[in-house]
Parts: sequence; structure tokens; C-alpha cells
Amino acid sequence: MMKIMYPLLFVLIALFFLGPTVLAFIASMTPASEFYDYSHIFPSRLTLEHINKLLFTLGGFKALLVSIEVALISIAIAFALGIPAGYALARYAFRGKNAVTLAMLFTRSLPLIVVSVSLVTVYLRFNLADTAIGVALAHAAMILPFVVIITSSIFSSVFIEYEEAGMVFGLTRFGAFIRISLPLALPGLAASAIYGFIMSWNEAFAASILSIQNRTLPAHILATAMASPDYFKYAMATVMAVPALIFIFIIRKYLISIWGISLK
Amino acid sequence: MPHMHIKKQFIPWLLLAPSLIYLLIFMGLPIIGTAKLAFESDEGWLGNFKILFSSKDFQNALWNTLLLAVIVIPIQLVLSIFLAILVNKKFKGHQTLLYIIASPLALSDITAALMSYSIFAPNGYLNRILLSINWIERPIYFFGYMFKSKEMLVIILTEVWRATPLVFVMILAGLQSINKEYIEAAEVFGFSSWQRLWKITLPLLKPSILSALLIRTLFAFQLFGVVWLLAGRDIKVLAGETYYWYVFMNNKNVASVYALIIALLTFVVGWFYIKTIRSEHLEEGAR
Repeated sequence: MMKIMYPLLFVLIALFFLGPTVLAFIASMTPASEFYDYSHIFPSRLTLEHINKLLFTLGGFKALLVSIEVALISIAIAFALGIPAGYALARYAFRGKNAVTLAMLFTRSLPLIVVSVSLVTVYLRFNLADTAIGVALAHAAMILPFVVIITSSIFSSVFIEYEEAGMVFGLTRFGAFIRISLPLALPGLAASAIYGFIMSWNEAFAASILSIQNRTLPAHILATAMASPDYFKYAMATVMAVPALIFIFIIRKYLISIWGISLK
Repeated sequence: MPHMHIKKQFIPWLLLAPSLIYLLIFMGLPIIGTAKLAFESDEGWLGNFKILFSSKDFQNALWNTLLLAVIVIPIQLVLSIFLAILVNKKFKGHQTLLYIIASPLALSDITAALMSYSIFAPNGYLNRILLSINWIERPIYFFGYMFKSKEMLVIILTEVWRATPLVFVMILAGLQSINKEYIEAAEVFGFSSWQRLWKITLPLLKPSILSALLIRTLFAFQLFGVVWLLAGRDIKVLAGETYYWYVFMNNKNVASVYALIIALLTFVVGWFYIKTIRSEHLEEGAR
């Protein structure tokens, strides 16, 4: 009885959590002619026609490039600012440290929804409205608290003794950080960067509010999906999901600790 | 050396300053900006609020946002506890199952909505399956103004699918940090597995459950993509109305009132969240 229970549960749970993704992938590759043919459930052949059309005729590829640009700029800003902050929280004891940590956790839970509209009015003044930079600046604010919390935990796990040993051998504190702690923290930092990339890649609300012409992929989808034929809807889902799933799979070993730390 | 002491206190703040200033500029000040926009109107400082409260839309949006949270979160919690205990049994393939359960976490809310649509659309998989086994004669419609309760059902299912992994990961992390000796001791004392769950595991999981609940509640106020793509304004939610008033009505002031309300709700729940986290920190420190 127990012997078949685990495999049975495994299959049921896997069907529930993977099912919609797999089905949408198949739907995105179903030939248009078979879409309203109810005689069979799955298509007789698969085609990349819809995905191609979405990307190269309907402006999807341009939006995809904007998405990548936004994500790269936002993680660059978030890490450039967040790594020193995370290092400070991990290595120094100072008054107000707890307050800073709690403030980061609190900012982490504030959605961009509450600032997007007010940001537009500021952006209009600084010519940032409808630019990739503008969206990236907002996304960086979303990713930054996450980076501070994560990097502080990563640096805490790198033994301070290594740095001290380096300093005994003549390195400065900064030198010890660059030559010792940073390389040891690198895998974790890389995984967090990929996670930050996905956070930006998936964000639709602020991106839609802050841009009109230079839309990111999710903003483009939000604006066009419901007016598009069904097969384009699923092509959109596939184009959004595949890179994110690949990235998540690459960093799978780090995921639980990333979530464990950043969600708490 | 007092000079050294001052310098030591100074360095961490120097390292923190860029992040703090950035967050002040891109989060702190814009929230004040949101409040300013919300109170800015030709008809007195409460003009936008009057527009808001004069229609049923706001009540609806608040009600739906809270209703969806109240329905979805308990389902997610029970499901997550079950899944976490199962994965924690470390049977063959438990690691693979962990990744499978976590996979929806990679998906954007709008991606999840479109995937869900592939199942529940008139020509979606559910209708195809039901038609092919002759269960129904013509497709069931889940979407449209006429079918609000079915839209609600689809949104609930989609949210359970999409966001249960988040709760699951938090519960699993809590479960893995429980000292095995407690469970073993309970076994020695002859507790049944049901008693072990209620008397040992769940009480020890309480802090994880509490923070998972609070985080999920925070995220519930942000619910947007799934509802907007699947139901549009048939089912109004707070974030959806923010989007609608800004993008479709071109009214940044009323949009800001909605955003401000989301911010206030976030502050209230966030305050409880920070309080629980702080008490956990203190416990860790005492250990």
C-alpha cells in the first residue's frame, strides 16, 4: 500500500504543478487549423509558427530585447549598491543595524504598484518616461532590498577568519574583500543575480505604467494579449516562461536558501 | 582611541548610504508623491476620495481582494504543509518533486494567467477532454461578464497553482530546521503519526506558518496580472483599479488613491510581519 502511495502522489503532484506549463507549451505549438477542432485533445503535429510570428512580425523580439536591457541595468544597479550594504550588515557591528535590516525586509514587501504612478510624474520632468533606463531604475528599487538581505547572508557564511588571515599577510581590508571574500561569495552572488534578473523579467505592472512605446515583454503582453488570437496568447506564455524556467533550473541548488533568506 | 571608534561607526554607514539613499529616492519619496497625488483635486483635498466612494467599484475591489485572500491563503497553507511534510520524508525522488513543485515560482503572474487560460478557454484542454469523453455536449464558458463566479473559480485555482510554491518553500525551510530529536522523542513515547503532527510538528512550525501567512497576505494586495488577464474588470481588485484609472481613464489622482490604499494595507500587515520577524531574531539571539 505504502509502496504505491509515494509514486502515485508524485505523479498527481507533478501533474498539478507542471501540467499547466506543459499544456500551454503544447498549445503554443498547435497549428492554427487544429485550434477549433474538438475531435482530438492533442495536436497531430507541432509548429513554431506562432512563436516565430509573435517574435518577428508582432514586435515580440523588440520587447524581449528591452526586457533583457531593463533586467541587466537593474541588476547592475542593485548589485553595485547592494553588495557594499550587504557586506556592512554582515561584517560590522554598529548601532542601528537591526533597524536597517528590518527596513530592508519591509521595503522588500512594498510593491512597485504603490509608487509607479507617482514615478511617472517625476520621470516626465527628467525625460525618463518611456525609456528602458526609467523602468530599470524602478526595478532596481524592487531588487535592491533583496540583494542587500541576500548578500549580507552570503558574506556572513564566508568565514571572517579568511579575511583576517589575508590582512595578517599584508592585504588591506578592501584588498581582503576583493581577493578573498568576493571570490568565495561569487557562486551565491551569481545565483542571486540570476534570481534578480527573473524578478525584473517577470514584472509587468510598473513596466506597463512607466513605458508606452519601449515596452518590456510582459508590458507588451499585458497590453496586447487579450485582443490576440488564442495561439498568440500561448506563444506569449511560452516565450516568457522558457527563459525563466531555464534560469531557475540553473540555480536550483541555491533556490531554497535564496528563498529561505529573502522571504524569512 | 576615540578617533578609531568614530571611524569604525562611520564605515558601515558609508557602505549602506548608497542603498539607503537609492531606496529613499525611488521608494520613499514616490510614496509621499502618491499621497500628494491622491489628495490633489479641483474639488478640495478629498475630491478623489469622493469619486472613489461614490461608485460601487471601490467597495467591490476591496471586497474581492480580501475575499480572494481569505479563500486562497488557507488552501495554500494546508496544501503547503502537506507537500512540505511529504517532501521532507526524503523518499526516492523527493528532490525532483521539490523542483517540480517550485517550478511555478519562475513564472510571472501574466504568464500564469495565460497558461491557465489554455486549460479553461472555450477551446481549452478541459473542454476538449470533457467533449471527447462525451461528458458535455458543448463547451463550458468560464470567462465573460455572464460567468463571474466561474471566473472567480478559475482565478482561485490559478492562484493556488501559482503561489502555493511560495508558501511551500517557506514551510519546508521551517520544517527542515526542526530538531529531529523532538520527533524521535515523541515516537519513543508512542505518539501516533497524527498526534506527532498536531502536538509536535505544527506547534514547532508556528513561526514559519505565521511569516508565510503574513507574506502571502502582503502579496494578496498586489494581485493583478492573473485577474486582469483572465477577468479584466469583471472582477475588480485594488491593483487592477489602479491600473485601470491610470491607463484607461487617464486619471493619475484616482489611481493614486487606490495605490495609497494598497500602501496602507501593506504598512499594516508589514508592521505585524516585522514584529514577528523581530521576535524571532530575539529568540535566535537568546539561544
